[in-house]
Amino acid sequence: MGMTMVEKILADHSGRKSVRPGDLVNAKVDVVMCNDITAPIAINEFRKLGVKKVFDPSRVMMVMSHYVPAKDIASAEQARTAKVFAEEQGCVFYDAGKGGIEHILLPQEGQVVPGDIEVGADSHTTTVGALGALACGFGSTDAAIAMATGELWFRVPRTIRFIYHGKPASWVRSKDIILYTIGKIGTDHATYACMQFEGEALREFSMDARFTITNMVAEAGGKCGVIPVDDVTLNYVTPRAKRPWKVYDSDSDAQYSETFEWDISNLGPLIAKPFSPDNVVPVDEVVDEKVKIDQVFIGSCTNARLEDLQEAAAVMRGNKVADHVRCIIIPATQEVYKQALHEGLIDVFMEAGATVGAATCGPCLGGYMGVLAEGEKCVSTSNRNFPGRMGHVRSETYLSNPSVAAASAVLGRVAHPGEILSVDPIAAGSV
Amino acid sequence: MGESMFQGNVHKYGANIDTDQIIPARYLISTDESFLAAHAMEGSTDTEFLNRVQPGDIVVADTNFGCGSSREHAPIALKGAGISCIVAKSFARIFFRNSINRGIPVLECPEAVDATDAGDKLQVDLVAGTITNLTKEQTFQAKPLDQFMLDIIDAGGVVEYTKARLQSQGA
Ligand code: SF4
Repeated sequence: MGMTMVEKILADHSGRKSVRPGDLVNAKVDVVMCNDITAPIAINEFRKLGVKKVFDPSRVMMVMSHYVPAKDIASAEQARTAKVFAEEQGCVFYDAGKGGIEHILLPQEGQVVPGDIEVGADSHTTTVGALGALACGFGSTDAAIAMATGELWFRVPRTIRFIYHGKPASWVRSKDIILYTIGKIGTDHATYACMQFEGEALREFSMDARFTITNMVAEAGGKCGVIPVDDVTLNYVTPRAKRPWKVYDSDSDAQYSETFEWDISNLGPLIAKPFSPDNVVPVDEVVDEKVKIDQVFIGSCTNARLEDLQEAAAVMRGNKVADHVRCIIIPATQEVYKQALHEGLIDVFMEAGATVGAATCGPCLGGYMGVLAEGEKCVSTSNRNFPGRMGHVRSETYLSNPSVAAASAVLGRVAHPGEILSVDPIAAGSV
Repeated sequence: MGESMFQGNVHKYGANIDTDQIIPARYLISTDESFLAAHAMEGSTDTEFLNRVQPGDIVVADTNFGCGSSREHAPIALKGAGISCIVAKSFARIFFRNSINRGIPVLECPEAVDATDAGDKLQVDLVAGTITNLTKEQTFQAKPLDQFMLDIIDAGGVVEYTKARLQSQGA
């Protein structure tokens, strides 16, 4: 019987010929990642293990991305704990100004490559699976064990296959494809499962767009998400990779626990209403409700890559952010920021009256900048809108793609980008 | 050695209680158990949790408890607030694993959840895998935990468990 790509990765990393869903394996890991919030607990647990050195300092990465530059003394202490540990162990350390959001940064820097197992102390580690790697979110204690031993126990997940046919219509982005998927299956359908994404509708998507899909595997409860490696992947990986990689393909007779097959050609842009990422409706429906908003956030590990900023700028160019709206734009990494600057995108945002911040998670998790007050409404390109995610328990977040978010900033309410531009510049190939 | 019998009053929640509700991100500036415990469930609509909770109490919830962020601060906050174990229809994967790793029993039992109301007294027997609602005098069988997970809970958490394993390997 054949195996899926993730089963093959787990078999190879645990020295077995084959594995089946449900098997418990102890697998070697290639990369262990912690951020400024999860590192302190991981370091503490690492010390308790009584191990002196991490298994391989070049494979242990500390990415300061959430509360940096520090928002207060307590968060400064947390970042310092990570820094001191990184210096002591000689492991990889990215501070503000040198990195950005972990899940965008590590692939961008070629620190994770196809065929890897990444253990990340952050739920959106799933993002990296778009490279054809097994990237999985864990708590800090598991990260500590992986740092100390270079291994971790895994239960081999069942794989759910998603096949998308057709061609995305105007204003429909990869974000809409994953929102559609979560809207269909719900926030816990894929618990413990691997989500494998394929089909001709995805083939045209750049790596920027593909990462958005695997990013929100976390919102479907998934353990990991993968997209089979193709030329788009290899063109992205080749100039960046810090190490050799290995391509794993699912066998034609691999077993899937379920298969969903959808034609997405007739889909329009979607939006997830408060308070769940599976509360998904067409943007048009919310346009009719005339939802007045207070804030727009274009950023996060879901949608803050260069392509996302290009899409937002295309809608905002020559327009102004509505008087009653704060529009916060945060490029995912220093590299994306620089590129956006070169392309004049930052100018577009500044001219429109948006504020552009340094590469971090920003308002996504409601703990630092752009925190919402009671009753405030926000359109965000991030991934979660549970109660209180971006601030007060009674604030509300709508999740959308960057074009919808930009149009909403301009019109001051949940808006369809078609209300501003008659032609989608991406579909027309002019961006 | 970890305990295997727990008894306490029930705090009952619905589906999809995410980790932002258990411990909001603005408190992720510390890893101290008592600091986190002082803000447990603060992101939820249960504003009385901290006034009500007693040592040994049990959280009972619908599906997908602990979804969202991977923050281990969530089970730490609940444990610090006195919660002895959590019964739900289902758990989000990372929360489940974090709880086991920290030695906090988490049991899946939809029937017990449906039959239990806030304020009921529950008794959980980890070894037998039974949940008894003492108020309603009903007993339910939870989905059994793997022996591997019971061993981790018994060792007091995965760090102790791994430490013992490393020592026995002479590492
Ligand atoms: S951008 Fe948001 S979801 Fe992504 S890692 Fe940062 S806080 Fe988490």
